Amino acid sequence: MISEAQILLALQEVKDPEIPVISVVDLGIITKIEVGEENSAKVTMTPTFVGCPAIKHMQHEVQLAVEALGFDTVEVVVDYTIPWNSNMVSERGLQQLKDFRLSPPKRHCGTISMADLEHAQCPNCFGTETTLLSPFGPTLCRAMFKCNTCGEGFEQFKAV
Amino acid sequence: MQSLKNFLYTIADDNLILGHRNSEWTGLGPMLEEDIAFSSMAQDKVGLAYQLYQLLHTDMGEGHPDKVAFARTETEFKCCQLVEYPIGEYDFSLVRHFLFDHAMYELFSMLTTSAYPALAQLAVKVRGELKYHVLHADTWMKKLGNGSEESKARMQSALNYAYPLALGIFEPLEGEQELVQYGYFEGMAVLQERWLASIMPVLETAGLKLPVNAEATFGGRKGYHTEYLAPLLKEMTEVFAIDPEAEW
Repeated sequence: MISEAQILLALQEVKDPEIPVISVVDLGIITKIEVGEENSAKVTMTPTFVGCPAIKHMQHEVQLAVEALGFDTVEVVVDYTIPWNSNMVSERGLQQLKDFRLSPPKRHCGTISMADLEHAQCPNCFGTETTLLSPFGPTLCRAMFKCNTCGEGFEQFKAV
Repeated sequence: MQSLKNFLYTIADDNLILGHRNSEWTGLGPMLEEDIAFSSMAQDKVGLAYQLYQLLHTDMGEGHPDKVAFARTETEFKCCQLVEYPIGEYDFSLVRHFLFDHAMYELFSMLTTSAYPALAQLAVKVRGELKYHVLHADTWMKKLGNGSEESKARMQSALNYAYPLALGIFEPLEGEQELVQYGYFEGMAVLQERWLASIMPVLETAGLKLPVNAEATFGGRKGYHTEYLAPLLKEMTEVFAIDPEAEW
């Protein structure tokens, strides 16, 4: 029998198309994995942002990756039973974001304050004196900043 | 439950229509960051409308989201008139965004404890996203309210114009008592109070004043709309209308 751990491992290969270095698992959007009777599997996932245009694509990729393990029936459901927040990004995921030169989201205790939204660490020189240029960026999950130390512009993976 | 359906349509329609309006800034924003901001907010709002139509579809037997969004007549829409107005000058778009998104932030904060679990779960998610919309709006209100004489005057006049329309967000809903009774929603009066408490400090910092004796523009919630909605729907549904059964 194929185990849940094997599914998890296979899903490490499914990346976020907008940030192709991080897997759907490390992004924290896989919320439930169930292996059922008669060689079936069910994966539940949730989008990072409600309007995320990549979720359908990722849902399809997850379907293919799990099917490839040899299940007869695979169901991939997208729901909000466990709504995503940026604390669900794994430690490895945070590191992958940094390596991608994205400032990782700050860990928070449930809710993030308005003041916290305006600060990020520069992924290039690690300076903390930064200015928020816009809370919106090239994808829904990124904000744009400027580092006051090195002068470079950078993007942050939003904390929500 | 009719009152809950009506309530979901109300919020979904507000977000779909303003989402569409926001998208009209794509390619036209006064600077790149603002172009991206309004385009991103459009995506968030249309995405939210889709999720609400989806709840109506799966939980309450209403039509498929695409059908509901693209195949209803003007009078079936429950949006407030504020969201229908053309984007106008940037001052109006910013002020509308400020007034509307503070209302949405307060609404979805409220809905995180709604007795309708699927709505409460969605609200947790949406509230987090709306913080960024509010942050964006507040930044510009303060920047332009405290900018030049011209920017201040333009923001004040946009506020005078948009405020009565924004009060229309809080038009009492059909069956609202029932929603309150069942714990689905605390009601428009409570929402309006929280909204005021939330916009006042920002307006103060921005040096802007609410117009006195403003009278709310009601009607939208009952299907009475401005002359601007019909052309918007025509444009929004143009592709769908060519082949309503097309698979995407």
